[in-house]
Amino acid sequence: MIDIQLDEEQQQIAETVTSFAKQQIRVAAREADENNTVPASVIDQAWGLGLIQNAIPEAYGGYGADASAVTGTVIAEGLAEGDLAIAMHALSPKLVVDPVLHLGNDEQKQRILPTYTGEKFAAGSAAVSEPRWNFSVSTMTTTAKSDGGDYVLNGNKCLVALAKDAPFTIVYAKDDNGVVGAFIVEQGTAGYNVGEREANLGLRALATYEVALEDCKVPAANRIGTDAQPMLRRARVAQAAMAVGVAKASLDYAIVYAKDREVFGVKVAQKQAIAFMLADMAIDVDAARLLAWEAAWLIDEGEEHMREVALADQFAADAVMTITDNGIQVLGGHGFIRDHPSELWARNGRGFVTFEGLASV
Amino acid sequence: MNFKLSEAATQRRDIMRMAAEGLMRPIARQYDEEEHTDAWDFFNAMWEASKSNRDAASMTGEGNADKKEKSSGETKRKRRENTLMSAVQIEELAWGDAGLYLSIPNPGLGGAAVSAAGTPEQKARFLGSFHDGKPKWAAMAITEPHFGSDSKQVATTARRDGDEWVLNGTKIFCTSGHRALEKSEGFVVVWATLDKNKGRAAIKSFIVPAGTPGVIVTKCEDKLGIRASDTAQITFEDARVPADHILGSPEIVEKGTEGFRGVMATFDATRPIVAASGIGVARAALDFVKQALADEGVEIRYEAPQCEMTVLEHEIIWMESQLQASRLLTWRACNMMDRGDRNSREAAMSKAKAGKVCTLVTQKCVAIMGPLGFSRKLLLEKWMRDAKITDIYEGTQQINQMIIARDILGYSSSELN
Repeated sequence: MIDIQLDEEQQQIAETVTSFAKQQIRVAAREADENNTVPASVIDQAWGLGLIQNAIPEAYGGYGADASAVTGTVIAEGLAEGDLAIAMHALSPKLVVDPVLHLGNDEQKQRILPTYTGEKFAAGSAAVSEPRWNFSVSTMTTTAKSDGGDYVLNGNKCLVALAKDAPFTIVYAKDDNGVVGAFIVEQGTAGYNVGEREANLGLRALATYEVALEDCKVPAANRIGTDAQPMLRRARVAQAAMAVGVAKASLDYAIVYAKDREVFGVKVAQKQAIAFMLADMAIDVDAARLLAWEAAWLIDEGEEHMREVALADQFAADAVMTITDNGIQVLGGHGFIRDHPSELWARNGRGFVTFEGLASV
Repeated sequence: MNFKLSEAATQRRDIMRMAAEGLMRPIARQYDEEEHTDAWDFFNAMWEASKSNRDAASMTGEGNADKKEKSSGETKRKRRENTLMSAVQIEELAWGDAGLYLSIPNPGLGGAAVSAAGTPEQKARFLGSFHDGKPKWAAMAITEPHFGSDSKQVATTARRDGDEWVLNGTKIFCTSGHRALEKSEGFVVVWATLDKNKGRAAIKSFIVPAGTPGVIVTKCEDKLGIRASDTAQITFEDARVPADHILGSPEIVEKGTEGFRGVMATFDATRPIVAASGIGVARAALDFVKQALADEGVEIRYEAPQCEMTVLEHEIIWMESQLQASRLLTWRACNMMDRGDRNSREAAMSKAKAGKVCTLVTQKCVAIMGPLGFSRKLLLEKWMRDAKITDIYEGTQQINQMIIARDILGYSSSELN
């Protein structure tokens, strides 16, 4: 029976994450963006919430709680509402944990997962995008050639988050049959060359890098599953949920501002031109969230979800741009000034049409 | 959380789909071209079907779920999905034909008003007749020539004279009003004021049965779309109804707008339903276009890179995502209604979104099919005409934006208007 609401436990998680985002993340966001650094203290505190460990079975040192994609969207939205760069940094372990958990074999789980159940935060990373205007997963040119018992990876990647810190990076590459596979690459592997830190429009606090794979040899045992497409779909759902968080942040800020700002003797929110803009933003925030939930739910149920993920992803990527743009517009000139966070959300929001594999649920 | 229709809802959907394909599509063009005629074969078929449906329901005790559970002393309340079920069924019927769907003989909005505000005796008397006999319609008459959304401007008057109410005034845009009053033994619920100087508190609704002297259908509107549905103008000239035909109390409680609020609250139930009907029309157009493309061997690549997608693929995926967004907003609003949660904002969101989306989707579908879209040989142009009303009736786009805006801003109607 159709039942479109979070269960009690998910509701609780949502509240925890949202209040953390408000009290710890949001206040650090501007400085993080200006300084190109995510403060370690916020990441440590986020680690303390146990959001990553919850999804890992007890056998591998985790808490064995809820690993559902729906709950993943709740967490992703909640943290991103605080700040996108900090949220992606805090949730980066999932870039490694999720593929291993969902597609990996027992040996891989034993080997990898305990790294992400320790006292301290450990970063995770994924290398999906390639620095070309026409990049997409289907046009991926990074290759993984079979070579005896190994795979040899070659190609150039970009937007690889935390490539310098992460003990493990999951590299996505096409095998000899053209199937996109996921390969575990350990930090320091020969031929895994992390380049300069990137300078981006948004996500400035998140350290992302170009990575050159030059005859980077990994054992066959490092390939996770066969077809890695399901992981990239999980990534899109996570990104859709994060887009909702960014859009909601912008909307809520605009609401507060518009109720405070006087214009022609009334509050600017009392003008229909502004009020209706806010109403439209609110509709699409909710719509994008529902689409993300549906896609996540289908993943959890093991149902066919390719189309629904694409629809959720597309809708959210469009919606977050429109909403964060209107979020600036409601503030007028002040929206353009960096004293207010609206411009930051618009810069971050613009990235979602491009992002591949920057998050997971 | 669950995004799968229940078995019961799936069954009802499939039955409605059969009716839509078998009974509605074949006559859709005819009753669009022959406006102001009555599709009696269709009306009779739907009337008989709903009668046997009701019989089956009363035999199995369905629809009595609440009563039954109370008597069996079960503490766990049965999960209800009445509103959601309606939305699912109506999407299918509107997919068949929106005008014919609106014309199906049933208690409609007039009946909804009686259910919501009537006494047990009124419900038995006026809704009971919908269980048997010939097809009947009931309608709701609110709008007048000088106002639409601003419903406190009601100028039709109700004056007490002995044991009767005497109604005078003119109503327009009354869906199924003609069929309720002149094509069946139905009734119209009429909004009238007891005292024009006392605003909302003085506005009451009255049940006016077919055959009441002084009630004249003066016009059936010629419309852009939903032409199979009659839209009546009704004049009341000293029309007399018995004193007990008033819905709710005849008292004018100064400053009290409870009655008015109650009427407004029925929009929380009807807006998602209107949204569902719009979604049905838009889906009809989109299904048609997708089939036409598939027949030509054009495949929609949902995961193709942005730079490789054709304009056509972009358009189709955009339309699908917008339509699914509308559907989920609608289902959520229905869900909340069924749970007994307040859903004014969510109901308005579903209606605002679906109204805009179905208008745009049907327009795009006409454009995509080129000259075929523009031709009356196909139904695409009709669907475009039928869709537009979704963004107007049961609260225009702008009225719904207003409701949402007030809710998210925490403003009263005097603070934002």
